[in-house]
Amino acid sequence: MELGDHLLIVPIVLPLVTAALLLLFDERRHILKATIGTLSTLALAGVSIALLAMMSSGTGPESVAYLLGDWPAPFGIVLVLDRLSAMMLVTASLLAVAAQLFALARWRNSGPHFHSLFQFLLMGLSGAFLTGDLFNLFVFFEVMLAASYALLLHGSGAVRVRAGLHYIAINLVASFLFLIGVSLIYSVTGTLNMADLAGRVAGLSPDHRSLLEAGTAILGIAFLVKAGMWPLCFWMPGAYAAAAAPVAAVFAVLSKVGVYAVFRLSPLLLGVDAGSSAGLPDLMLLVGGLATVAFGMIGVLASQALARLAAFSIIVSSGTLLAAAGMADVATTAGALFYMVSSTFTIGALFLLIELVERAQDPAANVLAVTSELYGDDEGEDVAEVGIAIPATLAILGTCFALCGILVAGLPPFSGFLGKFALLSAALGAGGEGAIRPAAWSFLALVILSGLFAMVAMVRAGIRIFWAPMEPIVPRVRVIEFAPVAILLGLCVAMTVGGGPLMRYATATAEALHAPAAYIDSVRATARVTAGDDR
Amino acid sequence: MELTLAIGIGVLTGSGVWLVLRPRSYQVIIGLSLAGYGVNLFIFSMGRLRVNAPPVLAAGGPIDPTLYTDPLPQALVLTAIVIGFATTALFLVVLLVSRGLTGSDHVDGREP
Repeated sequence: MELGDHLLIVPIVLPLVTAALLLLFDERRHILKATIGTLSTLALAGVSIALLAMMSSGTGPESVAYLLGDWPAPFGIVLVLDRLSAMMLVTASLLAVAAQLFALARWRNSGPHFHSLFQFLLMGLSGAFLTGDLFNLFVFFEVMLAASYALLLHGSGAVRVRAGLHYIAINLVASFLFLIGVSLIYSVTGTLNMADLAGRVAGLSPDHRSLLEAGTAILGIAFLVKAGMWPLCFWMPGAYAAAAAPVAAVFAVLSKVGVYAVFRLSPLLLGVDAGSSAGLPDLMLLVGGLATVAFGMIGVLASQALARLAAFSIIVSSGTLLAAAGMADVATTAGALFYMVSSTFTIGALFLLIELVERAQDPAANVLAVTSELYGDDEGEDVAEVGIAIPATLAILGTCFALCGILVAGLPPFSGFLGKFALLSAALGAGGEGAIRPAAWSFLALVILSGLFAMVAMVRAGIRIFWAPMEPIVPRVRVIEFAPVAILLGLCVAMTVGGGPLMRYATATAEALHAPAAYIDSVRATARVTAGDDR
Repeated sequence: MELTLAIGIGVLTGSGVWLVLRPRSYQVIIGLSLAGYGVNLFIFSMGRLRVNAPPVLAAGGPIDPTLYTDPLPQALVLTAIVIGFATTALFLVVLLVSRGLTGSDHVDGREP
């Protein structure tokens, strides 16, 4: 086995080692801690991009399995890298780089162990994307959630603690459902390896099959709580709006982990090869997704506080993605994957931008904004400020805000539009010539309406912040705080420019997802590294 | 034995769900713990119930798998217990902080 093959485990080991290392240093050595944390996040992004390049070269295999402990597939634990996991890794790590840079300016000082917790969160995220085993998916979910509980509370304050209490309770219950689902699936199939499971579903007897279907449904609820499908999403706006800005930005990808699990498991377990169980979750996902979009867009319009607006935008994008997952065809999935990456970057940028913009707000003049009390903890201002303030602050912030609005609403010419266009054209074309399904019509109507609602809400907020005040208070924004926003928006612009190659990659990913035979074979066929039968 | 275990899991999970839905944060944490026990027993029982069958293979000689119980759910339940215990402890801390900050043990931080 060559050294390059071990690259696959680096996204899990690197944050783990860094997080443990950072625990050893005293909180007062924060420059050292920040340097190590930032370097590790940058290295993680580098490794993820290398893995993506490996997957997108076109010459390599469709998926690579890594045998932990060198036991062959159904018996040992495997990590599997394929196009989807490489794409998710890159998305998460680039967003993490932006959030990490943003946190350097101020937020790391408002509570202990920020960098360790952040690295643990990254470890959980990478693990969840890479694992090829249901129970390890649970373990990595828990690592990610445990870190996110603490990060949500970062900065403290009554609002965060109350939101954290609800967030933890909901996620603990969801974890119980996850465990029940996993153990039900194990009891009828005798395996937890995703590839091995997929191969066994078709051969189940009818009474076992109904148990499997119940198990996957319960498992699905756990993912949908994470993804924020209506009616399981009421915890989300409160928790996300209460989180500190860099934390909320990373949380934008946390909800996509649930969506990722749905995209990964529903074609694998209940896809075309599943016999009579095939397509079981599709209708549920479609209807639930559409209801989520409807709920989210009303929320977007009703939000007074900007952070709640961003949180409801996450719900809208989750709903769009889940409805697209319910359509279960290659073209829609491809569009959804493109849209997922674009909306993650956009909403991450929006959360960071909101913190910068709200700094300019006079809390007294903004009584309606429910969360303005959140930013009452600005005593962090008197600590040493990092970097220099940028000139023409309001103009730059206003431009970025307008860009965010265009991206969230999905107006041309940027990547938000490309993603939604790919989704809608695929949905309309799915029923064959001349026959457009009613589901596709409602999907079309809701997605376009949600864009309109988002635009209205963003314009209203923009007028209130940048236009209406006679003498606007100019916030003091440092380069290190503005750079992450510029990076994320720049990534969205880059996605627009590179739309063709990215869409081809997304289509190849979607094709592989809906024809999982290659994935299953590659996991099952991966041979042990050491020869001999001495075990 | 199946009936006893099923009733046990049902009572634990049922009381857990009822308590989780109560308004006091102390009731919620006890409910989460009870539901956690119910879930752990459920995982354990998914390996099928066997009496007097060890999960760990004996050393040496040919192995007859029918004499052993499925070890995997027992390993899973250990992991689940550890993770459940840790997250419940974390929840307890948050609960105490919330009580201290808001002066109320209502889950919303204020009396309705």
